[in-house]
Amino acid sequence: MPKVIVEVMPKEVLLDPAGKATARALQRFGDGEITDVRIGKRFEITIDGEITPKTLEHIAEVAKGVLSNDVIEDVISIRVAD
Amino acid sequence: MTDHIPDTVENAAATPDKDQPYHLLGLKPDEYQQIGDILGRRPTSGELAMYSVMWSEHCSYKSSKVHLRQFGQKVSPEMTKHLMVGMGENAGVVDIGEGWAVTFKIESHNHPSYIEPFQGAATGVGGIVRDIISMGARPVAVMDALRFGAIDHPDTSRVVNGVVSGISFYGNCLGLPNIGGETWFDSVYQANPLVNALAVGALRHEDLHLANAKGVGNLVVLFGARTGGDGIGGASILASDTFAEGGPTKRPAVQVGDPFAEKVLIECCLELFAGGCVEGIQDLGAAGISCATSELASNGDGGMHITLDNVLLRDPTLTAEEILMSESQERMMAVIRPDKLDAFLAVTTKWDVEASVLGEVTDSGRLVIEWKGKTIVDVDPRTVAIDGPVYNRPMAYPAWLDALQADSPAKFARATDGAELKSQFLTVLGSPNEADTDWITNQYDYYVMGNTALHTPDGAGMIRIDEESGLGVALATDANGRYCQLDPYVGAQLALVESYRNVASSGATPLAVSDCLNFGSPENPEVMWQFARAVEGLADGCMELGIPVTGGNVSFYNQTGDVPIHPTPVVAVLGSIDNVARRLPSGWQDEGENLYLLGVTGDELGGSAWAGAVHDHLGGVPPHVDFTAEKELAGLLGAAAHEGIVTCAVDLGTGGFIRAVADGVLRFGVGARVWIDEIVSRDGVDTTAALFSETQARALVSVAREDDVKFRGLCDGRNVPVLRVGVTDRRSGELEVQGLFSIELEQLRSVHRGTLPAQFGPVVGG
Repeated sequence: MPKVIVEVMPKEVLLDPAGKATARALQRFGDGEITDVRIGKRFEITIDGEITPKTLEHIAEVAKGVLSNDVIEDVISIRVAD
Repeated sequence: MTDHIPDTVENAAATPDKDQPYHLLGLKPDEYQQIGDILGRRPTSGELAMYSVMWSEHCSYKSSKVHLRQFGQKVSPEMTKHLMVGMGENAGVVDIGEGWAVTFKIESHNHPSYIEPFQGAATGVGGIVRDIISMGARPVAVMDALRFGAIDHPDTSRVVNGVVSGISFYGNCLGLPNIGGETWFDSVYQANPLVNALAVGALRHEDLHLANAKGVGNLVVLFGARTGGDGIGGASILASDTFAEGGPTKRPAVQVGDPFAEKVLIECCLELFAGGCVEGIQDLGAAGISCATSELASNGDGGMHITLDNVLLRDPTLTAEEILMSESQERMMAVIRPDKLDAFLAVTTKWDVEASVLGEVTDSGRLVIEWKGKTIVDVDPRTVAIDGPVYNRPMAYPAWLDALQADSPAKFARATDGAELKSQFLTVLGSPNEADTDWITNQYDYYVMGNTALHTPDGAGMIRIDEESGLGVALATDANGRYCQLDPYVGAQLALVESYRNVASSGATPLAVSDCLNFGSPENPEVMWQFARAVEGLADGCMELGIPVTGGNVSFYNQTGDVPIHPTPVVAVLGSIDNVARRLPSGWQDEGENLYLLGVTGDELGGSAWAGAVHDHLGGVPPHVDFTAEKELAGLLGAAAHEGIVTCAVDLGTGGFIRAVADGVLRFGVGARVWIDEIVSRDGVDTTAALFSETQARALVSVAREDDVKFRGLCDGRNVPVLRVGVTDRRSGELEVQGLFSIELEQLRSVHRGTLPAQFGPVVGG
């Protein structure tokens, strides 16, 4: 069955404590070229039937309203899986 | 953003007529004019950013200042006896003996907690904890006073879940016990919940630190988290505006907190203090660097030179104005001697905390900030931080108040038969404001650090400060918005005496007050009148009780549309106890102890839980306050705890006598048989009043039989009216009100505990 991929990231301007902690940890392990890490979420949504523009519209609503907290996160991509 | 050209002082002088968006920053035309008059030119955009946040209601107290002065004026020598630092610093400091001091403060984070409940509440905890660190103290406990909308409103669950998990996340990660607080539900808080966070810290007398920048040539260091684009303008925009329903939703970037970074910052600061590395220190909260630099400079030698390029940034595209206004969390600013810089940096490096020297203290009387080699701010810091606008706002006696007070609950028929009274009792006990809040408090860690002596559901939280001697402190918060709506003067005093009585009932001696005054818009003359009356009531009350207000904060613009919240002056009282081993819990544990009611009962049901829960009514006048009786009761409870002749004390508050009895049996699951005939005959009240009246200055205590005579003697000697009203009963498993009704403890518990889970889901660990 076809899948839609939704990606959500913490808003660019806001602190991402988990990302910061990960970057610091990697640097401590000696990974000097890593300067920053930001951690987001990826949703793989399986659809029963064909994906139409209407499906994507619906997924966009769900992504904004349920899958993300639009005060502190942005939905950065919605696409059909290959 | 990268090609942003900073507006320099030179440029401002050369372009006097440039249009500036002062109104979007919350400044009024005359305030903008005033800034121009102070500077003798138009402000630069950086100066405008600073003035706008620092002159916002939230930072400047411009509408409340004229009233708050009373807290400094109505002071007796008795009140300052234990006070080491009073109002005006980050938090008040109280001497509790044995070389120990404690500092505590309660502060609001209301508006951010409606927009983003989780992060709003979490950063509220983080902010108040930094206030405590900046006094040189180690934070030892937190508590929260919460107000939400109607419990069954669809949006309430979102806010409750977010706020409670935000508080538990931040506090639990920090490793601070959450030992108390209160929760109310009322539709007046629907689109404007109140999140008032309290923190308490302990320090040795010699470790006290203050926020000032003294010593010309001393260095100004910013340390902790990097500066990012969090909550830019939040202080100004959020605290000066309301959330009108239907209007455009303001969703500015809120702040995101990092409790692990804060934990490291606490340890780092304490090691810096211990090593004598710091001359002055200030936490960064609302208005960020604008606030820290202008306040430190104002309180010190008057001048400071800052190179803003030295601020470590998370986001290199930030403009100078944004850096000045950023509210990134977990940051502190210190003033240190140049010869201590290496030692300072050794400590920050050890804790993996980033630090950068921003500039130095001067005696120029000017706060000068440079950015990319140009001067972008050149102001007298006092004009930013201290001498802001002061408004004596118009006040008006609310047009509706007389009618509200005339609408007394005396109009309701009183029940006489046992079955009906039982049903009213269960209705009160299960009503949202009287129900068990363990759905909330079970999400908090209240034992971490191992010094918790009392916690919710005890009336006050208690923490051991000295592990050798057992010296400790007790804390309670209270505000009854319903009482305050009926009479803000008396209502504020009722919040004070309730907290005072909670602390006294734990066996501690009340010493000091911190308050968080939550009101509607100061531009509404009726709200301003409520505010003035509440402040006056509180100041007069503190004078009567002999305990000072040491600090706190004011939160205005709490309203939905045009409807202000009930006035909600949350009063936190702190007390000390020589040894926490002598504490009194809020419930009895042993068989066959006598129950005594201290104090006299009147027919006072205006604004009561009974009127609200049974009759959905708010009207009449609230209970009267008797400070002499409160002091005598507190003195008796302290003495009885000290001598170990009472085994528990439950203060009588909302829900009256029967609610206190229910608390007593439910605390440890030990039943009781009580009778009210003598209350009825001695005090001349009916059964309903005997059960539900909210007359103040009363407490219920349990006394072991062998201490009976001693206890009666103590009451006589201290002039406190006393009646034997029941006995504890371990075996029956029920609460019996003689001649009226009895009820199984299991049923009582399920009524009391079921209300919150029915709305929000199962209790954690329940």
